[in-house]
Amino acid sequence: MSASDFEAQLVHLPDYFSSHVLLTLGAVAIGCLISLPLAFLALRKPTLRTLLLGAASIVQTIPGLALLALMVPLLGRIGVVPALVALVLYSMLPVLRNTVTGVQGVDAAVLEAARGIGMTDGQILTRVQIPLAAPMIVAGVRTAAVWTVGMATLSTPVGATSLGNYIFSGLQTQNTAAVVIGCVAAATLAIGLDGLIRLAQLAAERRDGRLTLASLLLLATLVGLSSAPVLGRWLRRDDAPHAIVGAKTFTEQYILADLISNRLRDAGFDVELREGLGSTVAFDALVTGDIDVYVDYSGTLWTNQMKRAEHAGDSPSLLAEMRSWLESNHGISLLGTLGFENAYALAMRRERADALGIANLSDLAERSRNLAIGADYEFFARPEWGAVRDRYAMMFREQRTFDSTLMYRAVVDGHVDVISAFSSDGRVSAFDLVVLEDPLQAFPPYDAVVLLSQRAARRPALVAALLPLIGSIDDARMRGANELVDVGGRSISEAAHSLEQDVRR
Amino acid sequence: MISLREVSKLYPAGVRAVDRLSLDVERGETVVLLGASGCGKTTTLKTINRLVEPSGGEVRVDGQDVALLDPVSLRRSIGYVFQGVGLFPHWSVADNVAAIPRLIGWDETRIRERVDGLLVRVGLPPDVFRDRRPDELSGGQAQRVGVARALAAEAKVLLMDEPFGSVDPVTRDALQQDLVSMRAQLGLTIVLVTHDVTEALLLADRVAVMDAGRVVQVGSPGELFAAPVSAVVERLLAMPLRQADRLSAIAHGGTTPPGRDAR
Repeated sequence: MSASDFEAQLVHLPDYFSSHVLLTLGAVAIGCLISLPLAFLALRKPTLRTLLLGAASIVQTIPGLALLALMVPLLGRIGVVPALVALVLYSMLPVLRNTVTGVQGVDAAVLEAARGIGMTDGQILTRVQIPLAAPMIVAGVRTAAVWTVGMATLSTPVGATSLGNYIFSGLQTQNTAAVVIGCVAAATLAIGLDGLIRLAQLAAERRDGRLTLASLLLLATLVGLSSAPVLGRWLRRDDAPHAIVGAKTFTEQYILADLISNRLRDAGFDVELREGLGSTVAFDALVTGDIDVYVDYSGTLWTNQMKRAEHAGDSPSLLAEMRSWLESNHGISLLGTLGFENAYALAMRRERADALGIANLSDLAERSRNLAIGADYEFFARPEWGAVRDRYAMMFREQRTFDSTLMYRAVVDGHVDVISAFSSDGRVSAFDLVVLEDPLQAFPPYDAVVLLSQRAARRPALVAALLPLIGSIDDARMRGANELVDVGGRSISEAAHSLEQDVRR
Repeated sequence: MISLREVSKLYPAGVRAVDRLSLDVERGETVVLLGASGCGKTTTLKTINRLVEPSGGEVRVDGQDVALLDPVSLRRSIGYVFQGVGLFPHWSVADNVAAIPRLIGWDETRIRERVDGLLVRVGLPPDVFRDRRPDELSGGQAQRVGVARALAAEAKVLLMDEPFGSVDPVTRDALQQDLVSMRAQLGLTIVLVTHDVTEALLLADRVAVMDAGRVVQVGSPGELFAAPVSAVVERLLAMPLRQADRLSAIAHGGTTPPGRDAR
């Protein structure tokens, strides 16, 4: 971690931070607009109260990442909208609960007096109950805001920019500077918002008009400052043509997205990056036009999107079929193959494979009863695994799931015997692993392909900027770039830059 | 002015809090409902401004059946002093007193004059107390604000539920005397609930002794002393007299230890 690492990362701070603030405050504001009327309604209807608080509590028990991810298929889109909806749901419980508790907690003698002097139910609510419950209600908003700041970091995988971009990409590419900046910025925001709302709470407790005004002004300043970069981006959007580049959650994807972004920027595009997208989220985002371009792999599309189990085996015919399928079913253009393959494969420590006499998947299957297999989050759920397992009749003693970074560590240290690996991954050679051959061709080919949204394909300048990449990155070059980051500890932009040099050569 | 006819209040659990109670209160009269806790005196009081809806019987105020009146405007026309005082803690003293006038839409100049005038009348100099918050008042001061609030909209009927129950004896005495002078000046009709026999005897034109949801006897303090209808009433009245005798003995003789004379 060096000063230049931090400098390189700090460039993103205004964008990530302001997006994070707007997402958080937007969610809390909408959450309050929904929760407060609901809470007052619930105060009059005990059944609704039980139902509402129960539902809000259940939402709270759903893990944050799952709730966010759930919104993508439910709403059929990625980006700010699903993130906002999930955060709104998440922020409702403390506001609901505190409002109900606060209003119910108003002194009975005061309520009787209000009724006895001739206030109507509405007047009792607005003139007595709400003002007296205000400190409690504001405390609920405070809790909601702090929770939401934390939860908003998880909106990166659904395609909403946030401080989570730092954390997700930093963890994936072992960039400590990015992780630190993301965490510190999120913590600072949480503490700042907490203090600000604490001020409002104090103002409500003391019923101090000037203090209320001061806290509102401070809040408005924060919103104003945070809106500036985002608004600026929207305003600039009119001048330069706009392009959104997507990336999935692993090193190679970050490097390629950076490479593509640089090329588009050089061609005069105003580029926005949506990193850390879930595998199918990225494809869906391209279909809906939430992103314009990203790199996927033919085998992944073949099995996950086209839902095909068997395959012709050779790349050209598979690609041709895929191209027309993408075009006619989703209006997506397949610009071409980059030149390398990033196949799913099974890999073992060379020493262990030699000792057991395993060279290919058939050998592995025979020994599988006594072996443990490890894989990343996706692998066991993917159709490829099912196909491979069935084709070779594998039956492992143990099956474990790891983060992809830790998975390599696990096989090197002998916690598992075999792992799912990516053939272009720099760590395969760095850790002296062997990729086992696939004689029955159970895995489809995984050529890296550049996919364009309908809108992007109609822009000659965009197509022209990316065409030179087609066929120019071979296995060795990609693996070299991945290795720079995963093993050499270099930054994504350095790796992208080195890859760009290779392309130009 | 106020008349209760065969008023009953049954609670769902089958408790008969008020049992076919009848009572008339003349204009300008002070009637005290006296009885032990749970005898139904507060429930009876609350039927007058419909804080409690009776299960049976009829309540009339100024000749009108209250069941046919809008409860909100009825309550605004009747002053009410609450057992727990119940000042609005988020409002200043002035705002508390101005509560009903604001509800019925007086203009602010008139409200301000009225608030200052009432604060003077209940013995709280407006310049000192107008902007105070309820939590900056003593128990007696809060009770005075409660009385001022009840009188603010020029109510002619005042309902008081144990109004002096939570203040010290000296303050209570002062408040009681103030109430006596105020009711004469303003021509108030008052129904007051208390379990304090001395207070009842000192304040009442007539006392209604209550037991188990019914009025046992109604009469002026003198009439009650002269002809108590039951042992309950007799015992109730004997207590303050006995206390007074003892006090008098201590004050003048100075030698009788407390309790000795009871033998």
